[in-house]
Amino acid sequence: MDFDLSPDEKAFRDQVRAWLKANAPRDGDGDGDMETFIERRRAWQKKLSEAGYVGITWPEEYGGRGGNFMNQLIFNDEMILAQAPEPINVIGLGMGGPVVIAHGTEEQKKRYLPPLLSAEEIWCQGFSEPNAGSDLSGLQTRAEDRGDHYIVNGQKVWTTLAHVAKWCMLLARERKEPNPRDGLTYLLVDMESPGVEVRPLVQITGDAEFNEIFFKDVKVPKSQILGEACKGWAVAMTTLLHERGTLGLALATRAQITAAELAEHARKLGRGADPLVRQKIAQHTIEARALQLNGYRAVTAVKRSGIPGPEGSILKLMWSELNQRMTETAVDIAGPSGQVSDGDGWKYQFLRSRANTIEAGTSEVLRNILAERVLGLPRSR
Amino acid sequence: MDFAFSEEQEMLRRSTRDFLAKECSPKVVRKLMEGSGYDAAMWKKIADLGWTALGIPEEYGGAGTFLDLVVVLEEAGRALLPGPFFATMGLAVPAILEAGTEAQKKEALGAIAQGSARATLAFTEPSGRWDAGSVSLKATRAGGGWKLEGVKLFVPDAGVADYTVVVARTRGDGRPRSEDEDGITLFLVKGRPAGMTVNPLETLDMTRRWGEIRFDDVQLGDDAVMGAPNKAWPHLKRALEQSTAALCAEMVGGVQKVLETSTDYAKTRQQFGKPIGIYQAVSHKLADMLVLSESGRSATYYAAWAVDADAPDRSLASSMAKAYVSDAYRKVAGDGIQVHGGIGFTWEHDMHLYFKRAKSSEVTLGDATYHRELVAQALDL
Repeated sequence: MDFDLSPDEKAFRDQVRAWLKANAPRDGDGDGDMETFIERRRAWQKKLSEAGYVGITWPEEYGGRGGNFMNQLIFNDEMILAQAPEPINVIGLGMGGPVVIAHGTEEQKKRYLPPLLSAEEIWCQGFSEPNAGSDLSGLQTRAEDRGDHYIVNGQKVWTTLAHVAKWCMLLARERKEPNPRDGLTYLLVDMESPGVEVRPLVQITGDAEFNEIFFKDVKVPKSQILGEACKGWAVAMTTLLHERGTLGLALATRAQITAAELAEHARKLGRGADPLVRQKIAQHTIEARALQLNGYRAVTAVKRSGIPGPEGSILKLMWSELNQRMTETAVDIAGPSGQVSDGDGWKYQFLRSRANTIEAGTSEVLRNILAERVLGLPRSR
Repeated sequence: MDFAFSEEQEMLRRSTRDFLAKECSPKVVRKLMEGSGYDAAMWKKIADLGWTALGIPEEYGGAGTFLDLVVVLEEAGRALLPGPFFATMGLAVPAILEAGTEAQKKEALGAIAQGSARATLAFTEPSGRWDAGSVSLKATRAGGGWKLEGVKLFVPDAGVADYTVVVARTRGDGRPRSEDEDGITLFLVKGRPAGMTVNPLETLDMTRRWGEIRFDDVQLGDDAVMGAPNKAWPHLKRALEQSTAALCAEMVGGVQKVLETSTDYAKTRQQFGKPIGIYQAVSHKLADMLVLSESGRSATYYAAWAVDADAPDRSLASSMAKAYVSDAYRKVAGDGIQVHGGIGFTWEHDMHLYFKRAKSSEVTLGDATYHRELVAQALDL
């Protein structure tokens, strides 16, 4: 056991630190409205990628850095220190890229990965449907085989970034099989194709960060199948493992940022004299740190096995519930002022956090995964 | 960075677990619990395995690192090993190492490493607090040496200790004040000098014995003083940080055992024609216990590394671990009884032994509330 950095790791850390100091957008800049937010974050990712700080663990031949998970961890930690914003392409970086690396052909890797890294092409994920949430294999979007292409019809929902995305990771039913997990095909759909319609979905924050996507007779060439036809379930599972594992590390980073901001918020409000507030914020900080350390242990485990295990579900489960508690504390300690529209964003975060325990696997599904795949308890379904 | 134990340490874990399964079965634990709490023959076996040399530098007869000791303590906690192992290795050794004179280290650590002496730390008083200001036991200059007058309460394994590190106040008016870090002196008391009496306490967790020590005009020579008079607090504070990490290691061993026992029970116990682990009310409780177990372990391992490597955040890390693990062990042990239902509430079942150990460990070296306050101070709230 050793938490000290090796000389190489130290050199990498110093290099990242210096670069972020010179290049990270100032915290106080603000993101403005949704459009400005997207453009600023896109430009920020482009800058990061030109410096080689996006896709740190991805192979060099596809534009990645060819680094290891330690490099990624060091980078994440430096991002916290610099209070730097996240890149725009969160879905693509957390899920799209890793799944293309795992299941894509050589051509697909060359085609999709570089523009994903530079944020020229943003990705979104088309899994959930109005009638298929946690029970994903019950989805109804159809992919009809027409020889060299498919015709896709159906509807997806809760799609982050769909309105600006170029590519959608779409899971659709090609054949009806006795086991609903068979017969699904994983397609990469060009969001500029005729027949794709994106409608914003206004959420409880009043913003439209999610969308619905309607597919009406959308033509998708077979070159855009990821993995094998009718064997999309395995590809989807890889996607979700990365969603909860690799993304879990990013969430651990985010929890550190939120905990630090919350402590700052309490100091500014002068609530530090209240012993209950002290206890609460200390507890949040401790949980955020435990979450981060779980992430570190997961990284050591990944180094051995190569892929994130179901333990990654722990990170996502912990983060989502902790984030709800932290944002609620932030609103609570502001008293009635916490109800008033303000510039510091806590009211928004408080509302937004309600989705954390639903998106990317509900807390209920994650507890099932931990119970069944980690503890080996009998399947409940 | 590497967040895992070495291969040798994993081997040590396996051999420790095998030994304890044979020599410290629940039957043995119960016999000791109902008897004197200490078995000299078992102590000899433990010493022969080299456990009493772990974490003691070679120059004083030791062999093995503090992290090796952490591995053994985790297994000891899993087996609920009764007797003065934690008091000796987790409490007394760090204090002697941090504050003792060369002669004291040679003598006491040498005897401990060899297996011929047991030791403890007498810190708390009737207030039960763990801060410097709570120390009121008075030591005054008398003749060529010192005179001790006062009471130490809740001293682990006081009855079998050959060496007792006594925390005394040698300056000030003796009234407890939290800011009173100056004026604390440590004494290494050998055996039972005249005027020192030990009264065993009947407590909730009889697998670990606590005693009251009364000092009634106890005369000690100058050679009993550990380091410079009045200036012991900074050394003791560091020792307590190490003790805290050691205790957390023992606690997470217990947490893991309760989780495993409860999971096994949920797989085999049938109700309504199915194993109860199929019901989400049960399996989700176990999933939450898993999260607590894993997070507690991460926080503990990090704290152990941080104190051993003398990392700048060693104090914060040990407080974070103790706060988290105190809550986690209590919760997991309670839920373990719930998962077992009626059988878990019987004297015959072992669940209550863990439930009681959880509670006694929770209040030892400061409970979660105390350590959260220390974290709040570190956050400058």
